Amino acid sequence: MLFRIDRRSGTAVYVQLIQQVRQAVRMGRLRPGDQLPTAREVAERTGINPNTVLRAYRELEVAGLVEPRQGSGTFVREHLPPLPADVAELRRELAEWVSRARHAGLDPSDIQALVTEVAAEQEAQHV
Amino acid sequence: MSDALTVGGLVHTFDGRRALDECSFTVPAGSVTALVGRNGAGKTTLLRAAAGLLTPDRGRVTVFGAPPGAASLPRIGYVGQQAPLYRTLTVAQTLRLGARLNPRWDTPYAQRLADAAQLPPAAKVGTLAPGQRMRLALVLALGKRPGLLLLDEPLAHLDPVARTEAAGALMAEVAEHGTTVVLSSHVVADIEGVCDRVVVLAEGRVLLAAEVDDALAGHYVAVGGPGDLAPLDGAEIVETRPDGGGFTALVRIAEPVPAGRLSWHRPTLEEMLLGYLRGVSAR
Repeated sequence: MLFRIDRRSGTAVYVQLIQQVRQAVRMGRLRPGDQLPTAREVAERTGINPNTVLRAYRELEVAGLVEPRQGSGTFVREHLPPLPADVAELRRELAEWVSRARHAGLDPSDIQALVTEVAAEQEAQHV
Repeated sequence: MSDALTVGGLVHTFDGRRALDECSFTVPAGSVTALVGRNGAGKTTLLRAAAGLLTPDRGRVTVFGAPPGAASLPRIGYVGQQAPLYRTLTVAQTLRLGARLNPRWDTPYAQRLADAAQLPPAAKVGTLAPGQRMRLALVLALGKRPGLLLLDEPLAHLDPVARTEAAGALMAEVAEHGTTVVLSSHVVADIEGVCDRVVVLAEGRVLLAAEVDDALAGHYVAVGGPGDLAPLDGAEIVETRPDGGGFTALVRIAEPVPAGRLSWHRPTLEEMLLGYLRGVSAR
């Protein structure tokens, strides 16, 4: 898999790596048993610090999505924990909200900005 | 983790102007540190002092525990802004020169790096594109197998493709050999995802020297209306900017102060660094 790094997006690079692996797994581009590129490969291809890659892989491991195998690399886990049952419900609610937002005149990037801002606010309150 | 570079109380004056003003920080071995500052902030002077190319008026520098000099020189790779390359030599001749000048030169390694950079052996240095010249300078610095690599604006003047390739070569070296890297830059986007640590320099002084994540966790951006600045009294405000009728402030603080209509968010790396760089020029 190839990572696309956007240094100007304001999203930390290791978070971008995590999001891209998650999305690739969710969309089936990465299947159970597939190997992730090594930190050195990602570092050489994208110019980011190998420690950043390892950090993203560690967080994916803690989240149960990937597993390291001694001496051979990091792999997508065979038995992925199923998504929580209420994801479908959350998605349905979000879809309703998005269509309301469109009606109110927000375009997709307005919507994303709003979601990002609200999430950041809540994060700031939680820490 | 041991320290690759320690700088303590460094002072240096050029023509009565303090280029370095009591600079102190450490660089742990194996880390990649960005030295950030505007033009004239003292980045080059600091790197030259660390490399042992300049003797500061005061203060001390140690590289892997030893003062700069004959003992530490083989362990330091330094690439200045004017890469010291001879334009009339070919790539192959330049590499042979590297082998002659450096007792610990690793010929197969240097050749492998030069091949990976697709440097044509017979090409004269003067005919190489800026990106290729940078790669050759990097090969020369890495061929001696340094433990500490000091790079002055390594990615400046490179187009986006050459920039990614050069950064890639550098980060592959970090992955393979755990080389400690200190690189100066004023391009904030070059640092995100590349550097674990950051040293912010302004007017010769160190404003911030920390791990990137720790630094981000220790700062908040406060946005408020007119008069909302009062609750921040006593907090360490790095920079404030007018924003509509109100203001946006970068604050060095562990926890947001819940006050009035202030809204708080965590800064991105770019927000934080720009806050420091602008905060100084506003003073």
